Amino acid sequence: MLGFVDAQQAIADLTEISPQVRDVVVIGADGAPAGSNLDDAAAQQRLADGAKQLVEAAEAMRPGVAQLEAATLAGSVFVVRDGERMIAATTTPEPTVGLVFYDLKTCLRSIEQPKPKPARRRAPAKKKEAEDAAS
Amino acid sequence: MPPRKLVTGVLLAAGSLAGSVLVRRRAARRRERVDFYAEDGSMHSFSEGTVEADRLLPIAHDLLRA
Repeated sequence: MLGFVDAQQAIADLTEISPQVRDVVVIGADGAPAGSNLDDAAAQQRLADGAKQLVEAAEAMRPGVAQLEAATLAGSVFVVRDGERMIAATTTPEPTVGLVFYDLKTCLRSIEQPKPKPARRRAPAKKKEAEDAAS
Repeated sequence: MPPRKLVTGVLLAAGSLAGSVLVRRRAARRRERVDFYAEDGSMHSFSEGTVEADRLLPIAHDLLRA
């Protein structure tokens, strides 16, 4: 992926190239889900909340956690942070860990971040115009 | 000892060793665990039974059950 794409497109690309990945949610800087392959909004929120809980618990025990994997017999949960944003995914059991992390990071970095609104330029001061007219 | 028997013995021993390594690796992989990857590139792995894993694994179970 060369350019920036929207979250839904990036997640569609991710699940296409990585069949081990099941559910994905991108969490924006505001903590709300910014994209997911889950249709149900409640399910998106549940995955986002769970991912945030995992990161908060990990951060409390080992500060500076950038990414984590919780591996269970039923599958794994991956969370990757990139600045203020996060991406969380569930996978099938015994996934190819390095590949999943790489694909999640690539997906997150390919998603265009909302740009801050440009600051409005101030109108030139009227005082100067008046001075120019006088001279 | 005839050379043929010696080769057979060595091959059997090597096969047993490789088999036991594979079985142990597979058994280790079947355990639940949590891996933290820090910003500085370091990695910490916690198997089930440790404080870290016991705190995070229930959250993961909930997410995978949903």
